[in-house]
Amino acid sequence: MDRSIAPDYNEIDRFDLISPQYERWANGMDVFVFDGGEQELLRIEWIFENHYLEGKSPIVNLALSSQLLEGTHSMSSAEIAEKVDFYGAFLRPEYSFDHTSLVLFTLTKHLGKVLPIVREVLQQAVFPENELQTYIRNNKHSLGISLRKNDFVARRLFNKAIFGSDPYGFAPVESDFDTLRREDLQRLYQQQLCPANCKLFVAGKIAREVMPLVRDHFDDLWGGKTMLPSRSQVAERSFLHSVDAGKLIYEEREGALQSAIRLGSLFIKRSHPDFPAVQLLNTILGGYFGSRLMTNIREDKGYTYGIGSGIGSLQHAAFFTIATEVGVEVVGPTLKEIEKEIKRLKEEPLEADELSLVKNYINGTILGSLENVFSHADKFKQVYFQGLDNSYYDYNFQVLRNSIPMDVMETANKYLDFDKMVKVIVGKY
Amino acid sequence: MVTFDRFVLSNGLRVLVHEDPSTPMAAINILYNVGARDEDEERTGFAHLFEHLMFGGSKNVPQFDTALQRVGGESNAFTNNDFTNYYITLPAANMETAFWLESDRMLSLSFSEKSLDVQRQVVCEEFKQRYLNQPYGTAWLRLRPLAYQLHPYKWATIGKELKHIEEAKMEDVRSFFNRFYNPGNAIMVVAGHVTTEEVRKLAEKWFADIPGMDMPQRHLPQELQQTEARRVTFKTDVPANNIYIAFHMGDRLSEQYYAADLLSDILSRGTSSRLYRRLVKESQLFGEVNAYLLGSLDPGLFIVEGKPLAHVSIEEAEQAIWGELEVLRSQQVEDYELEKVKNKVESTMTFSEMSILDKAMNLAYFELLGDAGLLNAEVAKYRSISASTLLEAAKQIFTRENSSTLIYLAENHDGQKHSA
Repeated sequence: MDRSIAPDYNEIDRFDLISPQYERWANGMDVFVFDGGEQELLRIEWIFENHYLEGKSPIVNLALSSQLLEGTHSMSSAEIAEKVDFYGAFLRPEYSFDHTSLVLFTLTKHLGKVLPIVREVLQQAVFPENELQTYIRNNKHSLGISLRKNDFVARRLFNKAIFGSDPYGFAPVESDFDTLRREDLQRLYQQQLCPANCKLFVAGKIAREVMPLVRDHFDDLWGGKTMLPSRSQVAERSFLHSVDAGKLIYEEREGALQSAIRLGSLFIKRSHPDFPAVQLLNTILGGYFGSRLMTNIREDKGYTYGIGSGIGSLQHAAFFTIATEVGVEVVGPTLKEIEKEIKRLKEEPLEADELSLVKNYINGTILGSLENVFSHADKFKQVYFQGLDNSYYDYNFQVLRNSIPMDVMETANKYLDFDKMVKVIVGKY
Repeated sequence: MVTFDRFVLSNGLRVLVHEDPSTPMAAINILYNVGARDEDEERTGFAHLFEHLMFGGSKNVPQFDTALQRVGGESNAFTNNDFTNYYITLPAANMETAFWLESDRMLSLSFSEKSLDVQRQVVCEEFKQRYLNQPYGTAWLRLRPLAYQLHPYKWATIGKELKHIEEAKMEDVRSFFNRFYNPGNAIMVVAGHVTTEEVRKLAEKWFADIPGMDMPQRHLPQELQQTEARRVTFKTDVPANNIYIAFHMGDRLSEQYYAADLLSDILSRGTSSRLYRRLVKESQLFGEVNAYLLGSLDPGLFIVEGKPLAHVSIEEAEQAIWGELEVLRSQQVEDYELEKVKNKVESTMTFSEMSILDKAMNLAYFELLGDAGLLNAEVAKYRSISASTLLEAAKQIFTRENSSTLIYLAENHDGQKHSA
């Protein structure tokens, strides 16, 4: 056997995506059901698009999600926690740029026991004052600790520099927590966490009794008393360019051994026809272990433990970002190398070999990200919330297959502009 | 239930196969039975540095990752005090590439000077990023040598100090490879859309000609029974006070391990747990507080860690933690609460069966413990622990003489830091 010859391999030519069963229930809720897997378990997500109270800071939204499980008309915070834990379930609120969600993981055999808890939480949360005060105190405490982490601070400064005063750029300071009022949480809860603003995702092995149970708890008994705000009440959010485009933002940290670096700009969303092309470009530049940035800045220079780039595609905007932490003595050289790598992509067509490697790599990771029914649901959500459907993945596959080195170069020239990127450095420079 | 087949090649390589046709992917996990505990005390951090070098190319594969990415695969690894674990996920149709890559680096690593130079630097940056440049990042560098005086668990996997990594030499790399990286010291698990027959053929084809070696027995110095409380306090530039208390406990296969794990769940798993309810929510002494095991194979540590709020003194905070430990030492846990933490163990084990990589890693880990089949007995083992066993374990573990306490005092922690 000749070990120097690599084994043959197959190109990936298809993805079998699980498409959801879709229903709209009478109370206005959109329901997506993904059936698959062998384990007797379920993940159920109630996902609500973020609304913002007029004249109030998005701290209310942050607090709303954290306080959801802190009490209902008939259950205290302790009782909710006790019941959920007793059934071995995991119930947690999540807050992201666009959504506030409640996520439940449970063994199917306990579904009937945990759904009533979730129903209470979503229909009768009361936001007790003492719990809110605990939240405020503990979050001020933990914020103080996080603010000593350079990468945490860099991310905040970056978001602010890209999105300015829009909620996407919001980074709370201690005094924001003091503005929290129970009435505001209640108001936002009424306005936002209603069936008409809810997308329900159920994933797992869907035994016969599952959906009737879910329906019992969330259709008939969850009325549509609340209304979505009309279009005119929702402020138009438009983003033309990064608020601080091209700016260098430096926050010095005494005694830092490393500096956190973050640079980037506003970008195109997944719904843009060029998105597959920019995603390919991003992967080449900094999206995988063998990327240009990793190869140069970690594997050749040893400046960092890791460097990567990514695209965040949100509902109202998108951003591109490169992030790393490097020794304080090599901040300048790192920035130079990043600039050089972007320039190379714009000026030199890449080798066909590198391009085919990256294409195969991307297809492999897509295939790998479809390993269980939860990930099928995640793949769907990723496109659905951008107004797309699973056919996006076919389109993506086609664009990838047809891309040639010149396309990558063109995309780099169209979308990457080092000079206009926001550059954030926290540490020493 | 994770089913598996097992066979052993003539050179000693153990191979386990878990067939899961529901995914198009395969996971190949190779665990080498060598970790930071096998290091020379004057050259710590070496097992982990070596793990980095395993990606630096081998005789017939100049670039490990490139060859894998080309066929749609991904790879990574981790090192801990006990072992080093490498894993690959890739489309099952391209599984053979993983066999080619893993067998080549097991047979003949490249020992490239460039790779050693760069990875020394990369690991030093990792050291800074995760330990030196983070608030409390040095905790493990301080707590381990406090709790352990003889056993090599007294140093962290990353190493005692940057200097040890900076001084690593190629001859050390070679001898480490020759000593620990051979088929008899490895466990390979292949999981996913594969069959045992295919795996057997490929394993024979790629691994059978790698020479086997007898592995020397491990003779690690064992820790003596601790007889008095140990304590270190650092007044330093951290954002808030922080308390760590470490207690010695049983090894991974002892009944006490399972009891201790359930005790840690009772104390701090989920928002209904005792420390969270009583010390964060009710008495409002802590911003956060946790209890967990380090999970090592040799006799390990039970850790309680908490950050008291600014107005709370260290004495009051420590007393509150000890108060909860005292309750566990003196009062048997009620059936309801015991049932609760056992239910959580069961659901967590079930959820971990959703991922072929998790399954592959778990099988390798339990095979290292003696038998991969132990994985499927875990839930029953937890279920069999009684309240009186918990009480007994709590009595043995939570004593002052068995404790090592590490305190970080914030230099400006004076109770008035909340001025706007």
